[in-house]
Amino acid sequence: MQSLSNRKKVIEQKPMNIWERMYLPAIAKGLSITLRHFFKKIPTIKYPEEIRPYSKNFRGQHSLKRDEQGRERCTACGLCALSCPAEAITMTAAERQKGEENLYREEKYAAVYEINMLRCIFCGLCEEACPKEAIYLDGPHVTAEYLRRDFIYGKDKLVEPKFDITKLNKENA
Amino acid sequence: MAEEVVKFKVTIDGIPVEVEPGTTILNAARQIGGDIVPPAMCYYSKLEGTGGKCRTCLVKVSKGSEKDPRPMPKLVASCRTTVMDGMEVQNITSPDVVEARKGVVEMLLINHPLDCPVCDQAGECKLQDLGYEHGDEGTRYEFERRTFERIDIGDKIQLHMNRCILCYRCVFVANQLTDEREHGVLNRGDHSEISTFIHKALNHDFVGNVIDVCPVGALTDKTFRFKNRVWFTKPVDAHRDCPTCAGKVTLWYKGDEVLRVTGRKDEYGEVEEFICNTCRFETKHTSDWTLEEPTPVDHESVIGANHYLNFNPPSVIHEDKKLQLANEEQLARTERLK
Repeated sequence: MQSLSNRKKVIEQKPMNIWERMYLPAIAKGLSITLRHFFKKIPTIKYPEEIRPYSKNFRGQHSLKRDEQGRERCTACGLCALSCPAEAITMTAAERQKGEENLYREEKYAAVYEINMLRCIFCGLCEEACPKEAIYLDGPHVTAEYLRRDFIYGKDKLVEPKFDITKLNKENA
Repeated sequence: MAEEVVKFKVTIDGIPVEVEPGTTILNAARQIGGDIVPPAMCYYSKLEGTGGKCRTCLVKVSKGSEKDPRPMPKLVASCRTTVMDGMEVQNITSPDVVEARKGVVEMLLINHPLDCPVCDQAGECKLQDLGYEHGDEGTRYEFERRTFERIDIGDKIQLHMNRCILCYRCVFVANQLTDEREHGVLNRGDHSEISTFIHKALNHDFVGNVIDVCPVGALTDKTFRFKNRVWFTKPVDAHRDCPTCAGKVTLWYKGDEVLRVTGRKDEYGEVEEFICNTCRFETKHTSDWTLEEPTPVDHESVIGANHYLNFNPPSVIHEDKKLQLANEEQLARTERLK
């Protein structure tokens, strides 16, 4: 059949001549290419130690924010889950009990909040939908895991650690 | 000779309709349907005497009647004004009405807290829809909103007085469905609030209907409190043989679980038939009900976000026993390595 592009080359296979059968010239040629690359500029970087500048609107792992008093901002309204095109977010709401006012900002909070990082496409719609400014995709890259179920991030991984200003002053002193 | 039925011809936003004498403008508009129906927060067609309180249904009457073609001097509440022959009404075609409605919405929202993310009514709330359609983004009100403590009315109903817009629908339900009225409006003017006398529990078979008639989240189902958001649940029409009521309800499913039972609501958010407390609070298993069909949901409604057409949608993946076994084996192997 005639080729459609007319650029097909028919390769002829011939027995090797004496020059090719000697092997050594070919090895020398290959090694010289390798040697030349030792003196060239390296295009790659050593990633975890060295990080390329990120774009300002880079979207990485989600974090659930706390307010200025260290209370969780999320009120489990479900708008992030509704806006999520990949349906990666699930949550279960619970009512704040008496004495938990320092933990949660509103009378309702997310008892369970899970994001399936295998489903997430990092589009940032959850961030945009959130009426409480509780979720931001400001983390690093999501790390690799061995098991699928380890990609379901719960509140232990998502809620940002409490910011303690007294500790910060000690460290600086 | 049979008496000839007199019909009044009314024109609403240029659309003519013939209605019986005594019909209100609002009901005439509902006979036409569509966008020209004025919104109503306090009027409830199944309850007598409702209407005239919230003023969201204001319309402009540009021609009083055929005999007296003068326009009415002010905007009128369409739920309380009956039609006259040859009347011409302007609703969304009149900039005055749109502007007035915007003011009414702002007025209703003066004391309404913006706690939609917490409120269980969000997603099926009439005030939310109204604010979205007609209201401004901000408020000009600079004073503190009035606040109340939550009140438990009995063990099944919760009253958030903060959210109440004083439409009086629940009072009419209590008046008309129950023998003995146990709750009402206390105080006057800006201080008025819905309350029971000394937190008296409401005890009547039909009192759960105050939840359904409440246009906002002031009266909510305590058994559904914070269980799930309305738009994640799937409404399904169902019925059962109930000795006290008609037993025709909407079940709100999340997975296989019935989270909530409400009366069947029409396009204006009004229940078709009031249901009893046993149907609403006690029977929350699929086995208690005969399922009919998924409730049709307006395609613009957020409840239609998880759309579906049949009860048991076909599975996405073919069930493969061999693959499942292999996966389990693989998981066990990786677990051992940990």
